[in-house]
This record gives sequence, C-alpha cells and structure tokens, in this order.
Amino acid sequence: MSANLSAIFYLVSGVLFILALRGLSSPETSRQGNFFGILGMTIAITVTFLSIGSFSSGLVYVLIFLLIGGLIGAFIAYKIPMTAMPELVAGFHSLVGLSAVLVAVSAFLNPEAFNLGSPGSIKLASLIEMSIGAAVGAITFSGSIIAFLKLQGIMSGSPITFRGQHLFNALLLISIVVLTYLLCLTQSSNFFWMLLTVSFLIGFLLIIPIGGADMPVVISMLNSYSGWAAAGIGFTLENSALIITGALVGSSGAILSYIMCKGMNRSFFNVILGGFGALEQSLSSRDKEHRPVKSGNAEDAAFLIKNASSVIIVPGYGMAVAQAQHALREMVDTLKKNDIKVTYAIHPVAGRMPGHMNVLLAEANVPYDEVFELEEINNDFANADVAFVIGANDVTNPAAKSDPQSPIYGMPVLDVEKCKSVLFVKRSLSPGYAGIDNDLFYKENTLMLFADAKKMTEEITKNL
Amino acid sequence: MEIDPFIFRLSIFILSIFIGYYVVWSVTPSLHTPLMSVTNAISSVIIVGAIIAGLAGNSENDFTTSNILGFLAISLAAVNIFGGFLVTQRMLQMYKKKKKDK
Repeated sequence: MSANLSAIFYLVSGVLFILALRGLSSPETSRQGNFFGILGMTIAITVTFLSIGSFSSGLVYVLIFLLIGGLIGAFIAYKIPMTAMPELVAGFHSLVGLSAVLVAVSAFLNPEAFNLGSPGSIKLASLIEMSIGAAVGAITFSGSIIAFLKLQGIMSGSPITFRGQHLFNALLLISIVVLTYLLCLTQSSNFFWMLLTVSFLIGFLLIIPIGGADMPVVISMLNSYSGWAAAGIGFTLENSALIITGALVGSSGAILSYIMCKGMNRSFFNVILGGFGALEQSLSSRDKEHRPVKSGNAEDAAFLIKNASSVIIVPGYGMAVAQAQHALREMVDTLKKNDIKVTYAIHPVAGRMPGHMNVLLAEANVPYDEVFELEEINNDFANADVAFVIGANDVTNPAAKSDPQSPIYGMPVLDVEKCKSVLFVKRSLSPGYAGIDNDLFYKENTLMLFADAKKMTEEITKNL
Repeated sequence: MEIDPFIFRLSIFILSIFIGYYVVWSVTPSLHTPLMSVTNAISSVIIVGAIIAGLAGNSENDFTTSNILGFLAISLAAVNIFGGFLVTQRMLQMYKKKKKDK
C-alpha cells in the first residue's frame, strides 16, 4: 500500500474517532458512536499491517502480543464492577502513557524503521517530538499509577506534602527542558534516559500532594496528558490518525478538568498544587461546638417518605462505597408504586470521576431521564417534600452560600436545605473531605440516619 | 519556497484541538465516564507506532531491543483498545430511557 493511500486511511480513522466522541452527545446516539470508534481503530491497525508489506518473522509475535493484550483487556472489561470505574480509567491511562514511552524509546533506538534518520543523527524535529511524547507519556504513566493506588485504597488518599515541594517540582520541570536541549545538541542516549527518569519522577511528585476528593480533576487531567503524549508520538510517526486523536483526547481531558474545577469553585492551579483539606482541619476543630442533632431510624424515615408527594435523591461517593445503588433503586420502585414522584440530583463532582454517579444509577436500571444535573434541578428542591442524601456531604453544605469564611465558600451546591425535610444517610457526624462541618446536620428539618447507606436503604424499603 | 510538511501536521493538530473542544462541550454530562473510557480506547491508536516498531528490520529470528519494546507496547495498547471499547459498550448499554406507561 502506498504511503499516500495509507495516509488517507489514517485520516478516515481520525474522522471516525471524531464521530465516536460526537455520538456521546446523547445516550441514544452513543452506542453508534462507540461503533464508529471501533471501526476507526480497526482501519488504523489494518492499514498499518498492509503498509509494512513485507512481513518479517516478527509478525507472529506481533499477533501473539496483540491477542494476549486483547484478551486481558476484554476480560477486565467484563469483570470490572461499575463502582471501580475510576480505578480502571486511571489504570488505562497509565497503559497509554507507558506505551507512548515504549514507542518513543523504540524509535530512538531504531530510527531507521520510522524514517527518522539513523542512530546518532536523528532529525532535530523528530528528536524534539520524540522527547515531548516520551516525557509526557512518562508523566502520565507514573501519575496514573499513583492515582490508581490512591483510588484503590492501597495508598492513603490524604495529600502528601513536604517543604519546598513546589520549588522542587519547578526545578524538575526546568531540567526537562534543559535535558531536551542537551539531547538535541549531543544526540547522546544518556540524556534521553535522564529525561525519562526525571519525567517519571515528576508524574509521581505531581499526584502525591492531591487528596482523594480531588480525584475527578486528577483523572481528567491525566486523561488530557495521555492525549498530548499520543499527539507527540503522532508527530514523530507523521501519522495523522494519532495527531487527530491526541488532540481530541487532550482537549477532552482539559475540558473535563475545567468542568470539575468549576464544580468545586477552585482554580486548576489550586488543585494541582494540592494539599487541600490538610490545612483547614485545624480551623474546623476550633469552632466545633456541640450542637443538637436530630437522628432517627428507618421507621421514621419511611414515615416521612411515605407521606411525601415528591422526593429528590442526592447520591454521592458514599453510595458507591456502600454499593447501595441497587438497594436505592428498589426503594424508589416501592415509592413509585405509591405514586410518589422521584428524581435524582447529581452534583458535577459527586463521586471520584466525572459522571461516576450517572453510571452507577444506570447500572441499577435507573432511567437516565430521571437523573438531573445541578443547574437543571436546583430550583426544584424548594417544591420537594423530602431530600434523601445518600453518601454526599460537602456538595450539600449551605455554608458554601452563606459563610464567606468557609473554605468551600462559592462552590456551587445543591439547595437541599430548601426541602420540607431532609434525610441524611451517613455513618457518623464526621466532616466530609473538605474537613469542614456541614451546617445541614443541625437544621431543624434535617433527620440524620446514622447507618451504612445500603443497610439503611434496605431497612427503609421494608418499613414502607 | 516549499512549506515544511511539519506545518501541515501542525495545522491538523491545531484544527483537531478546536474540533475536540466543540465536540466535547456537546457531550452530555451524564456520559462523562463513558467519554473518558472511550478517549482512553482511541488514544491507544498509538498501537500503530508499536506495530511498526515490532515489525521493523530484521528477517532473521533475533530481535532487537527496539522490536521487543514494540511487542510490549502492542500488548499494553491492546489491553486498552479492547478493554476501553468493551467497557464503554457495557456502560452505554445500561443507559435506558423511562419505559412508557401503558
């Protein structure tokens, strides 16, 4: 196959990838979109094989490795529980990062295969592109590994900070530029290895100071990085499919990061510099007076819900942890039989990744047209009888609107307190991630239900 | 004067960023998780480079480091491609509309 013909096919698969993302604009077209994505990928891989033409004995191995990877991937995709999606996505990001690094190293060692010159005299532009691809890939890899470990609970979710952290990171970033310059100047492989080492280190250091509930931003950011790494490699390989995809994924991740930051009313840099939550704890323990709290049991809750005509459910990360989505859905089924109107309100940063709650509710067979975003539903709280908060905390805190001293002041929150009564399922009175007390606990119309989210929901259903 | 092909690739890149910007803003927030898993899958088109690296050069049975790195990259990218598309498929199949009451 001629180079021009294969370039056209790569362009076609790039266009199919655009259509794949376009399909996600509504759930109805999304499945078709995914099909376009698969088609684009098939075309890209087939064209690559055809354009190589003469096959060496390596072909068998290529197919074997392709098959092994494919089987592992398919196995994971079928086995993974929906609550573990954030970990899965973080893990997948690390793989994109690592394969970008491997391809870059491979191109550096054998530039002839990629038409980039010969070892020791690689074309300058290719060398720069290669370095960018490899460095961003390495950052994506080690950063995603840390994100994965934090999400999986292997590593503590609390931020790890040390003195001079920002200065140290800045120095490392500068050293990447210097190393790239030296590499271009001397073509010495030593600089290439040093570049990779420093990049791995940066990825690691960049993510350790960021706390658990900031994970939606981190995952989106790493998503973006994996795209830029792919684009860097695309420039090296002069492959338009890779360049287009890299740009799409890069901007997609950047937009998601932006949406997540806005959901928390924090700037991107504020999140990246990390350490949030560690600072404010001292503040909250200072003015923690013992205010009265109304707490109840499943019977009380069932009584309130039974007499309501409309209920809004506010799910959060706690629902995912307790795997309570199915129990919740059963409760809602019972309510619907009694002609009670039920809707779901989702805050943009609920859960550990963008859209996390929507997937869990979809898994529990909740129709997507009963699930609403913050802007769509926030005015309805005033007209609803009961708000059922399950596993969410900071995103319902009225202090974000009323108390300029609060660290989350200005963050968009769900107006849960405007409901006639609020049921708050929570294991204890402990503050949420931001380390601040939730005023909602002490409101006149709030009934606290201290229990595991799943058990409590099941109990309520029994009592209805 | 002839234009460096790099400029054309750069044009593709910049225009694709803009396409990505507008396309992603139109993605409904409830599908943000599938968006992440599908972007994951498509960015693994990097497998194209891995295949070239794996098949490069020699016709004998001894492989260079470059080949072996290519093989490894192929399986990593393949995990992502199959895993990413399939898990997206699995998620999208769960999104259902309310059943019409009879």
